[in-house]
Order: sequence, then C-alpha cells, then structure tokens
Amino acid sequence: MSDAMLNEQVEATKGKMVMNQIPADIVGESPLHHADLETLASRGQDQGGVHLKEKSLQGLLILRAKPDEAQMAEIESVLGVALPTTPLTSVEMAGGKGDVSVRWVSPDEWFIVVPATVAFQLESDFQTSVSGHYSLVNVSSGYTILQLSGDNVVDVLKKSTPIDVHPSVFPVGKVVSSVFAKSGAMMLRRIGDNAFELIIRRSFADYIWLWLQDASMEYGLVIEA
Amino acid sequence: MLHIYCPHCGESRDEEEFHPAGQAHIERPKDPDACTDKEWGEFLYFRRNPRGVHHELWVHAAGCRKFFNMTRNTQTYEIKEVYKLGEQPSVVAE
Amino acid sequence: MAQQTNNETRRLSAGGRIDRSKPITFTFNDKQYKGYEGDTLASALLANGVDIIGRSFKYSRPRGIVAAGAEEPNAIMQLGATEATQIPNVRATQQALYDGLVCKVTNGWPNVDNDLMGWVGKLGGKMMPPGFYYKTFMYPKSMWETYESYIRKAAGLGRSPKENDPDRYDNMNQHCDVLVVGGGPAGLMAALTAARGGARVILADEQNEFGGSLLSSKESIGNKPATEWVDDVVTELARFDNVQLLTHATVNGYHDHNFLTIHQHLTDQSFDKAPNGKICQRLHRVRAKWVVLATGAHERPLVYGNNDVPGCMVANAVSTYIQRYGVVPGKDLVLMTTNDNAYRAALDWHDAGHNVVAIVDTRKNSKGTLVEAARERGMTVMLGSGVVDVQGSKRVTSVSIAKLNEAGDQVEGSVIEVKADTVASSGGWSPVIHLSCHTGSRPVWSDEVVGFLPGPSQQQQLTAGAMNGAYSTAAALEQGMNAGQSALEKLAMKMADVSVPETETLDEAEPMALFHIPHPKPTHKAPKQFVDLQNDVTAAGIELACREGFESIEHVKRYTAMGFGTDQGKLGNINGMAIAAKYLKQSIPETGTTIFRPNYTPVTFGAIAGRDCGELFEPKRYTAMHQWHMEHGAKFEDVGQWKRPWYYPKAGETMQEALNRECLATRESVGILDASTLGKIDIQGKDAREFLGRVYTNAWAKLAVGKCRYGLMCGEDGMVFDDGVTSCLAENHFLMTTTTGGAAHVLSWLELYHQTEWPELEVYFTSVTDHWATMTISGPNSRRLLETLTDGDVSKESMSFMDWRAMTVAGVPARVFRISFTGELSFEINVQANYGMHVWKALFEQGKQFNLTPYGTETMHILRAEKGFIIAGQDTDGSVHPFDLGMPWAVSMQKPFSFIGKRGMQREDCVRKDRKQLVGLKTTDPSVVLPEGAQGVFDPKASIPMPMVGHVSSSYWSANLGRSVAMGFVKGGHDKMGQKVYYPLVDGRVVEAEICSPVFLDPKGERQNV
Repeated sequence: MSDAMLNEQVEATKGKMVMNQIPADIVGESPLHHADLETLASRGQDQGGVHLKEKSLQGLLILRAKPDEAQMAEIESVLGVALPTTPLTSVEMAGGKGDVSVRWVSPDEWFIVVPATVAFQLESDFQTSVSGHYSLVNVSSGYTILQLSGDNVVDVLKKSTPIDVHPSVFPVGKVVSSVFAKSGAMMLRRIGDNAFELIIRRSFADYIWLWLQDASMEYGLVIEA
Repeated sequence: MLHIYCPHCGESRDEEEFHPAGQAHIERPKDPDACTDKEWGEFLYFRRNPRGVHHELWVHAAGCRKFFNMTRNTQTYEIKEVYKLGEQPSVVAE
Repeated sequence: MAQQTNNETRRLSAGGRIDRSKPITFTFNDKQYKGYEGDTLASALLANGVDIIGRSFKYSRPRGIVAAGAEEPNAIMQLGATEATQIPNVRATQQALYDGLVCKVTNGWPNVDNDLMGWVGKLGGKMMPPGFYYKTFMYPKSMWETYESYIRKAAGLGRSPKENDPDRYDNMNQHCDVLVVGGGPAGLMAALTAARGGARVILADEQNEFGGSLLSSKESIGNKPATEWVDDVVTELARFDNVQLLTHATVNGYHDHNFLTIHQHLTDQSFDKAPNGKICQRLHRVRAKWVVLATGAHERPLVYGNNDVPGCMVANAVSTYIQRYGVVPGKDLVLMTTNDNAYRAALDWHDAGHNVVAIVDTRKNSKGTLVEAARERGMTVMLGSGVVDVQGSKRVTSVSIAKLNEAGDQVEGSVIEVKADTVASSGGWSPVIHLSCHTGSRPVWSDEVVGFLPGPSQQQQLTAGAMNGAYSTAAALEQGMNAGQSALEKLAMKMADVSVPETETLDEAEPMALFHIPHPKPTHKAPKQFVDLQNDVTAAGIELACREGFESIEHVKRYTAMGFGTDQGKLGNINGMAIAAKYLKQSIPETGTTIFRPNYTPVTFGAIAGRDCGELFEPKRYTAMHQWHMEHGAKFEDVGQWKRPWYYPKAGETMQEALNRECLATRESVGILDASTLGKIDIQGKDAREFLGRVYTNAWAKLAVGKCRYGLMCGEDGMVFDDGVTSCLAENHFLMTTTTGGAAHVLSWLELYHQTEWPELEVYFTSVTDHWATMTISGPNSRRLLETLTDGDVSKESMSFMDWRAMTVAGVPARVFRISFTGELSFEINVQANYGMHVWKALFEQGKQFNLTPYGTETMHILRAEKGFIIAGQDTDGSVHPFDLGMPWAVSMQKPFSFIGKRGMQREDCVRKDRKQLVGLKTTDPSVVLPEGAQGVFDPKASIPMPMVGHVSSSYWSANLGRSVAMGFVKGGHDKMGQKVYYPLVDGRVVEAEICSPVFLDPKGERQNV
C-alpha cells in the first residue's frame, strides 16, 4: 500500500483509518502455531471426554457503540444480523455475506467473528454506511478461538472458570467474559449441549493450551484438526 | 469471597472478576486550578472508612469492564445494592 | 523388613460393613497388620489390638483412639510409603484403609511404647505448665526461638515431604441451589426433599458412605433397617441429573455469600500414589444459593481422672466400631453416662458377646427404654455414681467408681474399684456448629440441649437435625425434610412430594448437665483430668488460668491452648467452658461463647493450590516471535507475566560480553528488539484528541495525521505513572502505546475517567496489544535494511523523525513508526501478530548484510540510559512529577483543560526547590558501575545516620562510551550540576560521582535525525 492510497483512505473515512492488514499470499501463524495441533490431531488419541479444535485465523473485530435506532439499522445492514442487545447473548448467521457471529460484551461493546478475508471489507463497509459515533477495531491476530466439546467438557470448564455453565443458566448462545484459570480475559459461549467456544488472548494462548491439556488429562483429550 | 451482581451483565459473579476502585461518588472538582491546596488534598486523599454501610466504586474487570457503585456493609460484607454510575443509592450510609 | 503381625484379636467373626473377602495389608510404625476393605485405619488398628497410637503433646502420656470420626484428638498420623508421598496430620478415623498403606504416629518421639519424655509426664508435667504459650509469647522473641524447636520436635506437628509430591490435586468450581452438608438422617432427608423439588443439589459427607449415625444403628426407618433406608435414598438421589453426591468430602470452610470449600479425598483413600492422571484430592469451591447444615453432633466425653489412658473412649465410638466395623475394642466395659442414649454402647457390647462390668449413670433415676433393655440383659446399673478415675498406663486396668451428690459436684461415700479395660463415657452431645461459626455467627447456649446452637446468620443458611439439638432420628428426619422444603420455598420452587418415614419412638429420661466428674481429692491434686486431649489441657489447668485472672473464655483458651490447632475444640471446648464457669461460679453463657474457625479439619496445601503449581503456577505470556528467541538462545526476563528476551548470549559469552556486543552492533550498524509487549490502545472518536489532552501532560490539539508524540501520564497527585508514544492515525483515530507492565492499568485508567468523569466525550478505547507484533530496528543501517523489504518511501525527506507511515514490509501490510528509544535512527514495524514471525525472519534474511543483531531488554535499557531516557517504573516510583524528571518540555501548563496531574504537581510540596530530582551521575572512576538503589550523601564523613539525598535509579556499563553511566535522584540536583555526590556501599567502599546531565551520548540528537 502506498502513501497515496493511505491518504485516500484517511480522507474517505471521516477521520478514521482502516487498512487491509492481510497479505495476499502469506499464511499467518495462529497463536497456537507452535503446538502443531494438526500433527497432534492426526497422531494423537481419538477417544476421550474432551475434544479441542482451534478455529484459527478468523476475522475478529471489536465494535464499540451506543447505537440509536438509525445507527442500529445501519449496522444491521452491514453485518447482516442485528446486534444482540440483551446482555450475555449472541447471534450468528451462516451464508449471506458470509458467516458472521456477534457476541454481546458490554452495553456498548460487541465481539464479531467473520472469515479472515471479510474483516477488511466489513471495516470499509462500516466507514461508508454507518453514521455517528462508533469504533470498529480489527483484532484478528489478538485472539484465537478454541472449540471445546465432549462428555467431560463441563468438568474441564468447572476446573477453569468460576462461571456456572449449567444449561439452566447457560443455554446455547449465551456468552460471558470472565477469567480462565489465572488468565484475566476470555470469552465463553455455549455452541451446543456439550460444546463451547472459548475466545482467548493471543499472549495467553500457550498457558491456556497447557492448562487445558492438564485439566482434561483424567478424561482424555482428543485434538481435532 | 463476595458474590457480586453486575448491573450491566445482569447476573451475579465471583469476586475474582471484579476490582474495587475506592469510595464511590468522589467527583473531580470542576475547576481544579481554583482549588486551594487543602481542598485539592481533601479530594485526593481523604476517604471514609466506616464500620458499616459504605458506598464503593467497583469495576467488572474480567467481565464487561464497566464501573458501577455498590453499597456494602464493611462489617458483615452484606451487599445492600449495586447501582450504575450516575444513579443514587436507595440505601444510604449514615 | 517390616515384621508381620496377624493378630486381629478384637474382630468379630460377622457383622459390620466391612468386606471380609477383601483382606488388606498395611504398615503402622514399621509393623505389618491386616484389615479389610471398608475399614478405617482406626478400626483396623483397634481390631489388631493396637492400644497406643501416640504420645501426648505436652506430657508425653500414651494415648489411644478415643473417637470414630473427625473429632478424634489422638490418632493423628503421618501417612505415606515414600518420602514424596508424605501427608501429615491425617486422622486415622477418617482415613480409609487400602492395601499397602504405610503410616507412623505423629506424636511420640522417640517411640510410642517406650518414650523418654513419658518420665516428664509422670513427674507431673512441670516442664511445660499451662500458660506456657501465653507466657512465652510475652517474653522476648529470642526465648521463643529456643522453645520452638523443642516444641516442634516434641509436639509432633507432623512434617511435610522433603521431595515433590507426585500426586495431582485440583480445584473445581461448583454451583448449586442447595448444598447439604452431612449425609446422616437429616441431611439425606433434606437432599431428598430438595432433589424431588427439582433443585440442583450437592450432598457432601466426610465419610466413605452416606448414612451418618444410621450406619452404626440398629433402628428401623419406614419399617426396614435404617441402613436399607439409607441405601434406598442414596439410590434415588443418584438418579437425579441435578444431584451431585460427594463422599470422603469434608465441607471445611463456610465463607461469605454462601461460598464453601469442600475438601474431597479421592485416590488417597485407595492408593499411596495415584495411578497416572488421576486426582488425589480435590477442593470444591462451591457457591450455593442455600446451604442446609446437617452436620450432626459430637458426643462429649466426661472429664475424670486419668481419662486419657488408652481404653477410655466416647460411648458412641464404641457402638460405631462394633456395629460398623465388627470390632469390639476391649473385653470388659464400664460405661459412664449422663443420658439414656449412651446405653446403646453397653447394649452393643453385650450383644457382641462381651462383658459389661457396669453402667455408671450419674443420674439418680432413669427408666427409659434403653435403660430397661440393659436391665433386662442383667447388666449392673449404678445410679447416682461416677467414674472418678482409672488405673493403668498403657491400657485401663481398673476403674474407680463413687457415689455423687445430687448436683454431681461432690463425691459421696467410698470409692469402689472394678476390673475393666475399657471406659466408655458420654456427657451428652455437642452440636457440630463449626461451619455456622465460620462466617462470624456467634453460637447461642441452650440449657435444654445442654450445648451451643448455631446463632443468627448473615448467610442463606438452614440447619437440621442433631446440629440443632434434635438428637432423635425422628426429629432429624423431620427437620431435614423441613429444611429441604424451606430451601425450595426460598428458591421459589414447588414444594416436594415427600413425607417423614416412620421410626421407633423411645422413652427417654432427661439427661443430666454434667461435664466434670468430681474426685475425692481437689482438682489440682487429683489425677490429671483431661479436657483437651490433643493440647494436653486439664481441668486443673483451666482452674489455674481462672485463678491467675483469665476470666474470659477467650483468654482461658489462649492461656491453656484449649481448642488450638487441628483439634478446634471438637471434644473439649464445652467441657472446658463448663469447668471455667463452675470455678468462676457463673453460668456457661456468662462465661462466654465459643467460636470455631476454618478449616474444620486440616487441608493439604496441595488441595488449596490445585493445579496452580509447577508449569501452571503463573500464566506466561509470549509474543509471536517467541519461538525464534528460544531457538536463538535468548535468556528471558519476566516483565509482568510476559517472557521477554533479556539478552542473546553466544557460545562462551558472559552476560556483560553479550550486552557489549549487542550495544555496539546497534550503534554501529543495526539491532532488532521484539517490542510486541508494549501496551497498545486504539482510540477512536471525535473527542479522542481532547481526551488525550486531558490524560497526558502535554498538548495534543495540533498533532497532525501521520505524526507521533511522546507523552507522560500522571495521577491526580501529579506523579508520573506511565509514558509512551501516541500516534495520530487519522483525524479522530489514535494509537497509544504504554509500558509493558502498565498496559492493563492505563486502559482501565482511561475507562475510569471516561465512564465516571467525562462520559460526554465521544471516544472509545480498545486494547490491541496482542493484535500487533512490534519489532524495532535501530541503528545507522536500519533504513537501508528496511528499504530492502518495503514498498514505502522511508527516506529522510519523506519520513521524518516522529512520523509514521503505512506500507508493506516483507509483503505484509504494516504500520511503521519512525520513533526511537535508543537515540539511533529507528523504525518500529507493526504487523498483525499472525505475520510477525514471517516479517521477523525476513528482516534477518536481509539483515545478514548489515550484521543485524537481536538485542533484549537489558541492551535496550543500556542504550536508552546512554541517552538519558527514563523508564516509567524504574526511574519513577509514584513520588516524582515531570519537573522532578527534568522533563518540563513534556508538560503544557497552557492547555485550556486542567489535565490530570496539573493541579497536583502545583501543590506546595511539589514546587519545593530541594525535591529529589533526576540527574545523570558520572562516577569519578569510570570503571565503577554504581549499584542501582544505592543511596547518595553529600558528606561521606557525616556521622551515621547520614542524611540521604536520593538513590541511583538506573546504572549500567556502557560499551559505547567505555565507562559507566547512571541516573539517579539527588535533592535539588538540577541546580547542582558539576557537584559531587557520594555513595557509601555495604562493602565499605564510597563511590564518588559527579552530578551531570543524564544525556551521556549525542546530546544534540543528531544520530536519530539522519
């Protein structure tokens, strides 16, 4: 990207800067790249109470806004789904503009997951279509997503977080931000009866990976590619 | 360990998700430069330390990251209520 | 080689809940014994005729097993077959027997059967009189240290293993609607009721199976044996998805807001060392909406002469050993009781075919159902009498019995002596109110119950059964059901369909409130009458405490050590209070109340720590290039939780040699630093600029797009707490950087002010620390290196110092900042962290031609110190403002808004001339590197204590300058340039230094402006 392009963008964006941060032909390394989960998946055990899969290299964005009705509609038209406004809920939609899921984080914050290549498009669409005060920040490399499932997934979560994940208070689609073991930031969402999605910060990924291996030792851990 | 209701998340969570941030309702003087040293010192350093009902500022640090107020009995640890910034308590410390 | 002993002399051929088809071998004090599956260590020892299981704490008297549960004061074992698997302070009554179990007595140096210290005991215990602790604490500390080693050795407080424990312990967070503590009749009924009502229930019991008192009872419930009723209830409970049944699980602590900890024994009840991967012990951390305490009651032994001789037991323990384990712990029994209930012990003893010598009942009359049953069996019942003392040293041999007066406080008539080897005693029951006390609730005395009941509680707590003084099974069942229904009601759930099963009703006469059996001699001359067996507290000791003026029971406890340590007064506290009350001629409630603290029984450190140990002790945070650092031999430094490369030694290099090489290479050609750990905050909104102006000390109104600026952040007190460079990405869009350690605090600080003080400002903050990988290339060749990899124009003309530009680096879109912390031409390259390693490696590929040298945090520190750049947190400590740092250029007093820190730094104290100010320090001897933290003085010949004028905050060897460089604080230092300051060191040297500018290298800043 040249300086000229940069300047154009800055002008086009009502005082905010977006840039395509992804190179065309270079494969990125997820926060758990060093663990080589693919090899573990092909060579490790295939029976166990806990299944783990890294959903790596997604497009991750944090939206801050206090939308009024007009802005809400503009955001919905860009995202393809309405922002969830009920605390601790999430929405997701497959197809259309591409898979998109949105998690409520706080009354003025949402965490959005889209395919990696869609992130920049989304940022650009916000710039052109959403009015008023908001902030949309690309954090694709700042986090990674782990999917945990299996008969003992709840046991592992009980070892790791003070959150009550009983289905009566933690139904499918619920999302919370909390602590995970001794790491201070994680987002947990139920995606099935015995399946959860864990969004963790990049720099804590190795610690949480070690923790999960340890916590699931007594149940057996299956790595999925 | 306290069990704290977050007024933004709408449910109770363990204390380890929260941080206390001192006494509630301490407002920064509108014109600091007009304050005497004594007035500024009082704003900066002087706080209540009651045995009993106290209004405190907390933040849901590991959750929604929002600050909120809590009225808490410092002796029994009973939480009388939590309320959002800008709201007034219904149970008032003496 | 352990000796083989097979001598189960006291085991019945049938009966009990043990499995005689599964024999077990175990080792106690180096001798092998046999037991059966279902035994506790205590029941197996009793079955084998082991009378002495330890020596007492102070007097070293032989001690035997007294009780059958958590209240056991004597049988405290050191468990473990190997050094690594040692566990101290295990109660034999709570430890399940397993094959290969190895244990030793905790007390009893040098050995249980023939103890040198025993002579001390027999001589009257003069070595450690009551009040020893109290008086010792009052003497100087040096005295205490002398005593401590002696006490530890003699007291046998158990020992921790000297090797790493190979077992795994963990924590588990639990949530429920109702936590029922105790699985006896009340607890089972409460759990059944709550479960049928649809509540999420956890039922926890410290024993290996549910049932509590019913397991050693011959009663019937619902027209079937009580144990069958237990089995039916447990089977039903197990069928509920929402019910968790925890056995071997002691609820140990009851904390605020219904948070309770349950210490659960898992593989340690079956193995010395767990099979791989299995958890040995687990600490459940439970948040319960409602708690039902159904913790039962402990039988109180009576206090009489020599009541610590092995063979003296609580009555109910005798029943438990017979009924549950098929063990009759003696041949000839004397039972002493103040109540009907304890007659069960004599009945069980008799029905097992053993001899009941006499039942000594302190009451004048008794005609209850159980009393009549004893008479029908032809037992001798001696009314209005008491056991005044026993004879024997290693086992009871005979028992002295005398008539008592009506009040039970004096002996009447002569003493008769009968032959017996066992004395079971019962002074009634003490409700187990420990948990309700943990949250600060004061217990309340009840004359009716003759014991303390739980007091009013702040918690969502219900109580049921014997812990309320409801001692009959019928009452326990009913209270359990009511507690369950009550919990359901409070949870706004439907009442459960449940009813109290039928039970037998017994006629019971009133119990007598008697605690201390009088002796023909006065208490202080009578044989020792023990109140607290674990801490060797006697009735005479309590009277002595009262005589010395300690009238509050809290003082008596501290004077005598009653209820200390792992015992927590389970058997002795009430008796001790009663004795003090009697001596002080007041009632028990007038004497005070008793309070119990967590934990109810000892918890291993392993269970508390859980998995937060070893590799998982603390999170380690890594950057995207960490693997490369490891592969290239970096030594790491902890910065907060981050692992940062500290320096990269080559083979054979010392640390200083590596630092010299890294420093020289950077200034001569180009070095590279992984700066990814710096905090980064994306700031957006039309008021972002205004906000920056309020939180930084300098001006931001005119910072143009594409420009960067350094800023200081202060608290309201005017003191610097963080610094960093913030860049203008677009008119309403900034990227702030913070120190590595300050990142979380700064973000929270921004949010605090935005949420509380200035919510009207349109601005949002988002942490992007982990999103961007940041690599700084620094040195005269950094531009040439960058030019090999970028499509951007990084020439001097196009990209000035403190400019940033978007470009690609090694094919990856990047933001490149021309900022410098070394004083050299520098570029800070930011790319998405997923591509950080790609770019880093590409830089090294191209960097070969420039001798690109990786450097770590230590070289970074040296290079910045040569330039006099501060590090927030090293050259600031919360007590220095920007002017102290000599950075007035970073403060704009003209800004319209009174920025954070402005008013604070104008306080009277902040404008003093003699404040400690940051200056450069040039040692007179250039080869001397001042130690950081050294305190300076103006006059090295001043008398001690010398007036200290400030400390050295940064100090290094500079290879570039061939001398040491340092910065530090000196009182009024800014006006003392050229003057000398002296640093007297601990080794006796006094280092002289000249106060100078902190900028040692390139004072005009020419190197970074090329």
